[in-house]
Amino acid sequence: MSEGYTPEMLDLIKRVEASRPQRLAESRAGKAFPAMSMDQRDEVLNQYHPDYTDEGRRALGIGPNKGEVYPEELIDLLESRSMLESVKADLSKPDYETDVLVIGGGGGGSSAALTAAAEGLNVILATKLRHGDSNTVMAEGGIQGADQEPDSPYFHYLDVIGGGHFTNERSLVAALTNDAPLIIEWLESLGMMFDKHPDGRMKTRHGGGTSRKRMHSAGDMTGAEIMRVLRDETRNRKDKIRILEFSPAIELLMDKDGRCAGAVLNNLETGAYYTVKAKATVIATGGTGRLHYRGFACTNHYGATGDGLVMAYRAGARLGYMDSVQYHPTGTAYPEQNVGLLVTEKVRGLGGQLLNIDGEQFVFPLEPRDVESAAIIRECVGRGNGVKTPTGRLGVWLDSPLIDELHGPGTVQRELPAKYIQFKRFGIDIAKVPMLVYPTLHYQNGGIAINDQSETTVPGLYAAGETTGGVHGHNRLMGNSLLDILVFGRRAGSAAAKAIAAGAEPGPGTLEHLVQYGKELSDAGLDRGAISPMILPNYATDEIRQRRWDVKSPTV
Amino acid sequence: MTKSTQDNKPIMVGDRTIPPPDARFITISIMGQPYEVPETLTILKAMEYAGYQFKRGCGCRGGICGACGTFYRIEGDHTLRTGLACQTVVEPGMILAQVPFFPSNRAPDLDLDTKTPADEQIATLYPEIFRCVGCGTCTRTCPMDIDVMGYIAYFKRGDIKGGAEKSFDCIMCGLCASRCPANISQFNVAMTARRITGARLTPRSEVTAARAEQVRSGRYEPMLAELCEMSAEDLKTLYVEREREPDLAKPGEWMPKDQTKL
Ligand SMILES: Cc1cc2nc3c(=O)[nH]c(=O)nc-3n(C[C@H](O)[C@H](O)[C@H](O)COP(=O)(O)OP(=O)(O)OC[C@H]3O[C@@H](n4cnc5c(N)ncnc54)[C@H](O)[C@@H]3O)c2cc1C
Ligand code: SF4
Ligand code: SF4
Ligand code: FES
Repeated sequence: MSEGYTPEMLDLIKRVEASRPQRLAESRAGKAFPAMSMDQRDEVLNQYHPDYTDEGRRALGIGPNKGEVYPEELIDLLESRSMLESVKADLSKPDYETDVLVIGGGGGGSSAALTAAAEGLNVILATKLRHGDSNTVMAEGGIQGADQEPDSPYFHYLDVIGGGHFTNERSLVAALTNDAPLIIEWLESLGMMFDKHPDGRMKTRHGGGTSRKRMHSAGDMTGAEIMRVLRDETRNRKDKIRILEFSPAIELLMDKDGRCAGAVLNNLETGAYYTVKAKATVIATGGTGRLHYRGFACTNHYGATGDGLVMAYRAGARLGYMDSVQYHPTGTAYPEQNVGLLVTEKVRGLGGQLLNIDGEQFVFPLEPRDVESAAIIRECVGRGNGVKTPTGRLGVWLDSPLIDELHGPGTVQRELPAKYIQFKRFGIDIAKVPMLVYPTLHYQNGGIAINDQSETTVPGLYAAGETTGGVHGHNRLMGNSLLDILVFGRRAGSAAAKAIAAGAEPGPGTLEHLVQYGKELSDAGLDRGAISPMILPNYATDEIRQRRWDVKSPTV
Repeated sequence: MTKSTQDNKPIMVGDRTIPPPDARFITISIMGQPYEVPETLTILKAMEYAGYQFKRGCGCRGGICGACGTFYRIEGDHTLRTGLACQTVVEPGMILAQVPFFPSNRAPDLDLDTKTPADEQIATLYPEIFRCVGCGTCTRTCPMDIDVMGYIAYFKRGDIKGGAEKSFDCIMCGLCASRCPANISQFNVAMTARRITGARLTPRSEVTAARAEQVRSGRYEPMLAELCEMSAEDLKTLYVEREREPDLAKPGEWMPKDQTKL
């Protein structure tokens, strides 16, 4: 079944098929396209990776990270005023009081909530969409953890830091790799259905940049399986965890000594605001893919708008590594309905190869992601060897049928069920014909700076997951983010418990810091009249935007 | 960039729909109201094109979160169809409504340490499965092509693991439950069964447990501290020199030359 491709594309696919027997023979003989040297990596990154060029970036003009150069879409949000700056609200009587407020219901937030609850604390978990609508649910490939015999946290550490070009916060890498086996064991005990051998041993594979096979998976729905298990477990802890859905945090509350005292939530449906007083607050709001840096398509869920970064920054938290963004090498370039969606690295882990318009390999399939992405951009944009789609996008082939040839018929369908269905819907059988891919905006490497106890630079404020920066340095390897969110989510929960046991108790929460921030913005001449956080992306057409007449709706 | 020509520049429009000049438009009806939208869009993007800004009914946009379950009919056809709004392409005459939430029953207090046999545990938590009339509506409704009736039948038969595996692709959209004449919340039964399967019906990984024990004993802390203190040059050398486990090595068979850091 391949009627999903145009006749022109089917013609080009013949070249892929023509070169396949030889590539197959080489793969079977253990011969791979040569990996790049460190110098070659630098060269392709400098010339073709979007992070290494000046286009679409500018220096931030306010706050603790003033002067650092970030993507403009993000700077626009940070250089905006708060919608709550001048509200007249009585903050003296909080609507909710709790020990721990967790902001964000992905894997990071859910694991923080479960850990705090296990320590006996009362938790409110406030999330913007449904609990679990997150980037976590989308992760397909797997989660790393050095639990096999030839492996250990030591080697995992080396892989993480090498993948991150030796720029990572080392203490965070140590925490990440040390806790990994504990996380795998924890998930197993919660009833996660890992891919296993009959005797219970985890099935593990290589990922980009790994020296040992330590990628654990649950089909190609690893993140979905983690998320539904964690969500189900929070529902099991109703005694301790209260979940507020469709209730994004809009701003943090700060006491007069600069300690975080909770947050203001907004009920998306009624528009009503609620204040939460908390002894500890954890931000776990995930990534920023929906800011669409430089017009790139993205793999992220609808709510990935960087709200946590904005709130924390206004409260004075330092950010780190925010200049660094991960473009996933293999985003779908065709069919149009799937554009931007991730094609998991597992395809390459299983032996799938990247090919240009002539059906030739041009890069080792498992280089670190930034190198792999830059190599694809070079092949398409620099060398003109990309395949053009009917809508003018470019891509290279990812030869998935090779997987069935290597590992036996049925492997693609068994190992990549979700991807298989996603393409089949549009008339493309990825066990028979290759996929067309191009780099897509995928992951925010940087974020709120934390230490190995998930503490931010603001007292009482913790952060975990994709909203933080430092663990992965300037480049993350697959399978280390699902791990990261759980390691630091759990560490945030424990650290909050420790602080509360030691008597942490903020004073009354105020929104004074917002007034201060607004004033700094005006003083610096940066006030464009814009407000943030974004909360929901806006994909309306220009016509609809104009028809909204810039008038507030009479109903909400 | 070296050889960049205009022709090699890809189109970059984020996730906004900008129809090409020759795009063809079709009429669909969103909750009874007609809108003109470009063909080939998914329901989700067509609704955004029409002017909707989602609060509910939209999550991953990639067919995996289950937020966007949708019922629709095609004008003139009696069949009620279902799909995920983010995965279903609009058709002329489509009349649609999303089901962003459906009240469901989740049995409280799942105990994974119990000694109760798994089949009894499911039967006690969800006795309503025995009222399934085998109508197959759930299976026909499922946008993930899961044999929902089939997995419920496994649970009735006491094959918890079999049903768990059959239900594995479930994204918990709730569409099956919305049509069940026996008022079963199939996806919650399956969720419970999968957790029981993962925790109780599958052997635990001994290798993982052993490693976790070593971590708890503090074995790796000095090794990691040493790496944290090391000069960048030395780290780079270790990185470049590290051995790579061969792709086709059998589990547990290959061991590195240097075993002092295991
Ligand atoms: C398609 C895809 C595939 C991936 N594959 C892998 C993989 O194979 N392996 C791997 O390790 N990693 C993978 N990743 C990365 C990984 O999934 C994410 O980085 C990670 O899950 C992020 O978890 P999180 O808890 O930090 O954020 P999320 O899971 O995104 O959760 C954040 C939550 O916060 C909520 N939120 C946002 N703003 C607010 C607000 N203002 N108030 C309240 N709540 C808010 C969001 O709605 C969301 O529920 C993948 C990512 C994507 C997108
Ligand atoms: S089994 Fe039910 S809840 Fe699960 S995907 Fe199918 S219809 Fe949705
Ligand atoms: S819809 Fe309900 S009654 Fe009908 S087969 Fe499915 S579970 Fe049974
Ligand atoms: S939006 Fe997640 S399944 Fe459609």
